[in-house]
Amino acid sequence: MPRLLTVDGLTISFPIDGKDVPVVREVSFAVDRGEFVGLVGESGCGKSVSALAVLRLVPEPGRIAGGSIRLDDQELLTLPGDAMRRVRGARIGMVFQEPMTSLNPVFTIGFQIGESLRVHQKLSRRAAREAAIGLLDRVAIPSPGQRVDDYPHQLSGGQRQRAMIAMALACGPDLLIADEPTTALDVTVQAQILELLDRLRDELGLAVLLITHDLAVVAETCDRALVMYAGRIVEESSVERLFEAPSHPYTRGLLGAVPLLGRPAPRGGLPTIPGRVPDAASLPEGCAFHPRCAEVMEICSRELPAAYALGSDHRASCFLHAPDQGDRS
Amino acid sequence: MNSILSIRELTKSFPVRRGVFRRTVGHVRAVDSVDLDLAPGESFALVGESGSGKTTLARCVVRLIEPTSGSVEFRGENLLELSAEVLRRRRRHFQIIFQDPYGSLNPRMRVERILAEPLEVHDLVPASGRKRRVHELLDTVGLSAEAAGRYPHEFSGGQRQRVGIARALATEPELLIADEPVSALDVSVRAQIINLLAELQQRLGLTMMLIAHDLAVVEQITDRCGVLYLGRLVELGPTRGLFERPQHPYTVSLLSAVPLPDPHRTTERIVLSGEPPSPSDPPGGCAFHPRCPIARERCSSDRPALTEVAPGHRVACHFAGELQLGQNASPDASGTFSSSDRSIQ
Repeated sequence: MPRLLTVDGLTISFPIDGKDVPVVREVSFAVDRGEFVGLVGESGCGKSVSALAVLRLVPEPGRIAGGSIRLDDQELLTLPGDAMRRVRGARIGMVFQEPMTSLNPVFTIGFQIGESLRVHQKLSRRAAREAAIGLLDRVAIPSPGQRVDDYPHQLSGGQRQRAMIAMALACGPDLLIADEPTTALDVTVQAQILELLDRLRDELGLAVLLITHDLAVVAETCDRALVMYAGRIVEESSVERLFEAPSHPYTRGLLGAVPLLGRPAPRGGLPTIPGRVPDAASLPEGCAFHPRCAEVMEICSRELPAAYALGSDHRASCFLHAPDQGDRS
Repeated sequence: MNSILSIRELTKSFPVRRGVFRRTVGHVRAVDSVDLDLAPGESFALVGESGSGKTTLARCVVRLIEPTSGSVEFRGENLLELSAEVLRRRRRHFQIIFQDPYGSLNPRMRVERILAEPLEVHDLVPASGRKRRVHELLDTVGLSAEAAGRYPHEFSGGQRQRVGIARALATEPELLIADEPVSALDVSVRAQIINLLAELQQRLGLTMMLIAHDLAVVEQITDRCGVLYLGRLVELGPTRGLFERPQHPYTVSLLSAVPLPDPHRTTERIVLSGEPPSPSDPPGGCAFHPRCPIARERCSSDRPALTEVAPGHRVACHFAGELQLGQNASPDASGTFSSSDRSIQ
């Protein structure tokens, strides 16, 4: 079966102080049909802008400077504007972090959910409204027949996020891109939304690209994980492998630095990653993580590590895993 | 208990206004008859979801918000009866760290000014010694002396939070209130600040009240915690015991909702239906009953009182302890969760 989404060598740059600064560098990954892939990283690592690039929605003045993004076998980066518009919504749905800012406050949610159906599928107003009620029911909003005429401010945070998901699902997309869909929500509501996404995969065969900073959310929902640092994917693996054998020192540091419920570290003894995330405009030479890395070697400040395979479904961009590491360092 | 802070029946209600004339149509009880005691030197957490009233409660304690009724005794003195002038002088003994280090530091002041201001206001250190004291404070929070000459925007979020902590420590307070001090920070920086707070609390013998929604952080650095739901304390006890054997169904659900970095998690998750109701129209009886998986008839009419179920562990539930964390999440003898195939180095 062909891959649903293939991203190859994606580079995105923003002009900063008159210079073109790449914030995403040669990122490659793929998403299969029905697969949940987590793109994990801290703020500024380029995860959100990579996801926006898939929809060709990189905010100005940023631009996609290179690479290829294919949906099935179709190249999206060279698609004319109106063909691209048909891909958005119809084939790829998007859910954002803050539903209040991405829903239009002056239209009812039913109108907003039906909009893409009226545009893409030329449904009548009445038919679109009926479809919207069905979608609200699908995302488990109680009494959808009444809710359909509510305005966004009349819904709670969790319900707004459900409405956003309903909107993204309206035209039956194959892929849903969810950018921090639960970050603004309380944990009990987060659990509900994650459960909903999981159910939608079973019911609709939906593939999800989940953008998050929370490794625990990835562990609970995803099949595969991509860890990003400073614009590059530093580790890629099945979720099982990633948590059993995290191989990039950044992934290991991140896992160690998160306090675990039920497993408190000794007092004051939570392991930390020293320093902070570097600026895209002044990245360190070689591996961008080397100044913060506990296992740094001489080569790390000179050369960029390739993605070394650690198994069929596990790669890490770190010289610790280079087969010829002994000769080079 | 010999307490440094003693809160009795603290209530804060906000008027709800509607219409052109802003007529008061009702009240929101953000904090509802809370009783709480903090022992000197202890590290206490207030836990709850958004809208539970945890921030309002903390701000009422230091009178950044005026409570509607109740009393707050700090070292035997009721803060709510103090005049503005006396209160201002007392404030050096209780300081607060805010969630958003961007919003709480004056962008036009150099760090040196930011840290010297409380010393000046409370007349703590003579002008000649201020510079040295500022450097001492920077050192305490792990910043170099060179930071003194810089403006807040020149720092990263984590460093800025360190400045916020240094400012709070400038007056050598006994009580430190930290309102979501790490929520706005990146994951890799969070651990640094959590460690710093825990270390300072111990080293300086501070009494700390941590406001947090991240339960793992609470477990990491506090001795005791209280769980708030719709402005009411529903469970109160030693952090360890409360996390291992939560007795209130809300606490149980909250703990079971926390995602774990364990792809093999087998714990049965209790997914609550619905969301917290609005505090302007709280349900009768136990405020949690409409979402509670074990609610019975009595729960909708009788409001349960906080009742001791184990030494120091109190719960406001008619059926405390009936709902348990899932089998695999129940703690074994060593106190760690027994779903032990988590293999994270």
